[in-house]
Parts: sequence; C-alpha cells; structure tokens
Amino acid sequence: MTTVTLAGSTVEVDPEGFLVDAQQWNRQIAQEIARANGIEQLGDRHWQVVNFMREAYLETGSAPSIRSLGKTSGVPIKELYELFPKGPAKLASKIGGIPKPRGCI
Amino acid sequence: MAHRILILGGGTGGTLVANRLDRLLGDAVAITVIDRDDSHVYQPGLLFVPFGLAEPSEIVRPRHAQLRESIDFRLAGVDRVDIAHNTVDLLDGSTIPYDVLVIATGASLQLEETEGLLGPEWGRSIHTFYSLQGASALRSALEGFREGRLVVNLIDMPIKCPVAPLEFCFLADWQLRQRGLRDDVELTFVTPLDGAFTKPVASARLDSLLVEKGVRVESEFATGRVDAAPRRLHSWDEREIEYDLLVTIPVHGGPEYIARSEGLGDALGFIPADRHTLQSKAAENVFVIGDAADVPTSKAGSVTHFEGETVVENIQRFLEDDELTGSFDGHANCFIETGFHRALLIDFDYETEPLPGRYPERHLGPLPLLAESRLNHLAKLAFQPLYWHVLLPGHEIPGVSSQFHSLARRPAMQGSGRPQ
Repeated sequence: MTTVTLAGSTVEVDPEGFLVDAQQWNRQIAQEIARANGIEQLGDRHWQVVNFMREAYLETGSAPSIRSLGKTSGVPIKELYELFPKGPAKLASKIGGIPKPRGCI
Repeated sequence: MAHRILILGGGTGGTLVANRLDRLLGDAVAITVIDRDDSHVYQPGLLFVPFGLAEPSEIVRPRHAQLRESIDFRLAGVDRVDIAHNTVDLLDGSTIPYDVLVIATGASLQLEETEGLLGPEWGRSIHTFYSLQGASALRSALEGFREGRLVVNLIDMPIKCPVAPLEFCFLADWQLRQRGLRDDVELTFVTPLDGAFTKPVASARLDSLLVEKGVRVESEFATGRVDAAPRRLHSWDEREIEYDLLVTIPVHGGPEYIARSEGLGDALGFIPADRHTLQSKAAENVFVIGDAADVPTSKAGSVTHFEGETVVENIQRFLEDDELTGSFDGHANCFIETGFHRALLIDFDYETEPLPGRYPERHLGPLPLLAESRLNHLAKLAFQPLYWHVLLPGHEIPGVSSQFHSLARRPAMQGSGRPQ
C-alpha cells in the first residue's frame, strides 16, 4: 500500500491506484482521479454511474459488473463506454473510491 | 409429517442433493425434483462433441433414472417462486408448497442479449458448443471448415466452466494440425478479460500455452454486437474483429422464472447466497447450489459437487433448528484439455488461486497441477463414469475432498496465494 495526496487529502491506494478505504473518499478526490485518467470534468451522467457504483458497493460489498450496471444504473452500456473509456466498471470504481471489481471467476 | 423438500432443477446439483437427502433422512422427508425436461446432459462432454471425440448420445441420460426411487420427479416449467408463502407456481397452473426449497436450475444461455447473434447466420457461420444442439451443429461446420479465420469469442463473464473456451482453442489447434490445415486457419481467442483466465498465475501459464499453439489473443475486448454480414465482431469501444467462423460463448444469466420471483435473484438472475453456508439471502428456508448461485467461485460441476455436502448438511441442520455450517470454501477443481492426449489441472478456492504442485497429495500427486500431462487427460476421461455412478448418486469419490484446505498439499510459493 502507498499513501498519496489527492485533492489535498492523504489517502491510501493499492498498486493500481484504487482507494483502500472507501471512507477516505470525497468528490474532490473523485475529480482528481478522473482527470488523471483522461476525464477532464465529471458531468451529471458520470456522477450518476459513480454514485450508483458506490452505493451498490457499500450496500452489498461488491461492485456491479458492466452488464448489471447497464441493466440497473439507468445508463446503457454503450454510453458507459463513452463516459468511461476502456473499462467502465473499473474506471468508475476507481473514481468512486471503491475496490477494483473482483473480475468474474 | 415428513418435511417437504422441493428441488428446482434435476441437473448435477439437484440430483446429488436429492439422492443424499433421501439416503440421509429417509421417511423424515418427502422430496420432489422438478425439471422442464428429462435429459440430463454431462456438460463436460459438450467440449468434445464438435471434434467428434464424443457422440451426443454418449453424454445424455434420463434425469429421472438418476434419482432414487422414493424421490418424486415431475416434468414442468416453473412460473415463479413465492418466498413469502413458501410455494412454487408451475407453468401448468399448479402450485406446490414447500418447507425447504433448493434452487439448482443453473445458468441459461442468453443469445438474445447480444445484438446480431441470432439471425439467418446462426447455425451457419455463428455457433456455440455450450448446448448439445449447438455442439452438434458446430461439428458439421468444423468438418467443412478448411481455411480462414476461426474466432472463439467469450462475450462476458460469468460463464459456465471459464476454461472451456481455452480448451476449445487447444482442441481446435490440435484437430487442424491433424487435418493438415493449421497453416490455412488463423485461430483467435477474443476475451473481455485482460488475459486467458481470471487468476494471475494460471492466466500467465495459459497465456503462454496459447502463444505456443499459435492462438492469437485479443484481450479486453468487450463485445457489443455481431455483424453477420460482413462477418465482424464489434466492441463497445469501437474495435472490430473479422471472422469466417465464429464460436461464441453467449452471455449467461438465470432462467426467466427468477426474474418473475420477487426478491429472489439479482439483476442477472443469479441468486445471492451466503458464500459459506449457501443459504439464500432472500429466505432462510431457501438454499442454492451450482451455477444458479451468485457466489464468487467458478460455475463448474466440481464446485457444485463440493457444495453438495454443505447444502445437504445445512438442510438437515435447518430442519433440526441447529446452527448452519459455513463449511463451503469455494473449492474448484478443473481439468483443462490441451490437445495431443494431454491435460492440465487447476485447483483453487475463495482465498487461494490455482498454483503449481500436485493433486490430491501434495508430494505424491499423482496428478501435476498447472502442468500438462497425459495422466491428467486420462483422469478427465475417467471422470465421466464416476459422474453417473458415484457423484450423482451422492457417494464420496475416494481421495477427493470437498474442502480445499484439508488437502494441504501445496508447496510454498513466493508472492502468491492472494485472491485478486
């Protein structure tokens, strides 16, 4: 684990840059992680997804997959890829301060 | 009065739980198994059908014949489960009450979830080996395939037997070499994962096997749709892959009745359950076994087999008002056919990823883990009679423990042993 400063807060991150403790997260941190990953400004639709992921994680202990995100978040899969290029579930988790989705097994 | 145990699904999990409960509890329980058809497919055999290495008739037997005589087998589709009233409505209009419900209906193939799969090219240039009918049709297609691009496409996880798409690539490579056609065929494996498998050490080993066999890997490709003319896969982020013959592993989900059963399943139709007790999170008298469960281990027959012990014990404890056991540890054990009469074996659980070593005894083996051997291949072939005669009737398989850690056979490995 390494400690980094994001948006003025000191937080612990794993080797891939995911927050270790979801409670250390705030919206400014989210914005800074987004910028570092190529998303200049988080818009309403980004937030809809990020908030949904966070709530799902805090409630169930795991982040939803892209397919269930497409079915339940109100944002279709096509748009998820436009909002969060490459890996929407992974990037939205990182921005939302929750662990990397545990890939399927 | 006997406790009414209702089991939905007469496949691996439903059958072995029914037989074990019947033997264990006898007249204290009245067991009913419901399925919509009477064909029990030995699913590991599906992989071999496209290559002519197994005949469809060799891998199917009647479901009812695998159940002990005192078990009631009923042919019907399920309309919905009503967990508030402990009843199941069937599509034939009848309603069955239960004291304990076991959900063992597995995972369904959802072809319609991917745009462009179903259409005039289905069964012509687009195939799957994940069903008996599909595997048979693919056999004819492969026989007529002599040159071009053969693409094996895993659309999204979770799927049954996550190593089967790789095995298909290995066997296709082998068969094409035998037919003298390997140089005329470009074989590509397309996956949404960042490598061949979900766990790092095994993934690296399997990646290098794919390279050795000349299989091209397109990773992190999240398939969005299929264009049947011209024949192309499109990813959600605008990548494209051309094919001549497509072998798809369709998206999996729970059967339709789960969506109609309020409070039972998740968005994909799998049943949230405690990963150690296998009790559903929806109701305390509902247990889940096999592919139907949303627990973080592989959807595979070996997992279902190992879960059986925990489910049976917990149903007994539940009926006696005892505390449940949390004994299921996610144990999975998979033979991976690599062609040329060889196979590789992996063994893992919730906490420990597949690593090299020997199985079932740490030093003596005899089966090597994560390494190709002829013995592993023979063990895989030897398993089918054990499946029908030992596993389904609910007997123990000598030397095979359902708990991963009780085996304690693993060599110490540096920097490993953590789940991702």
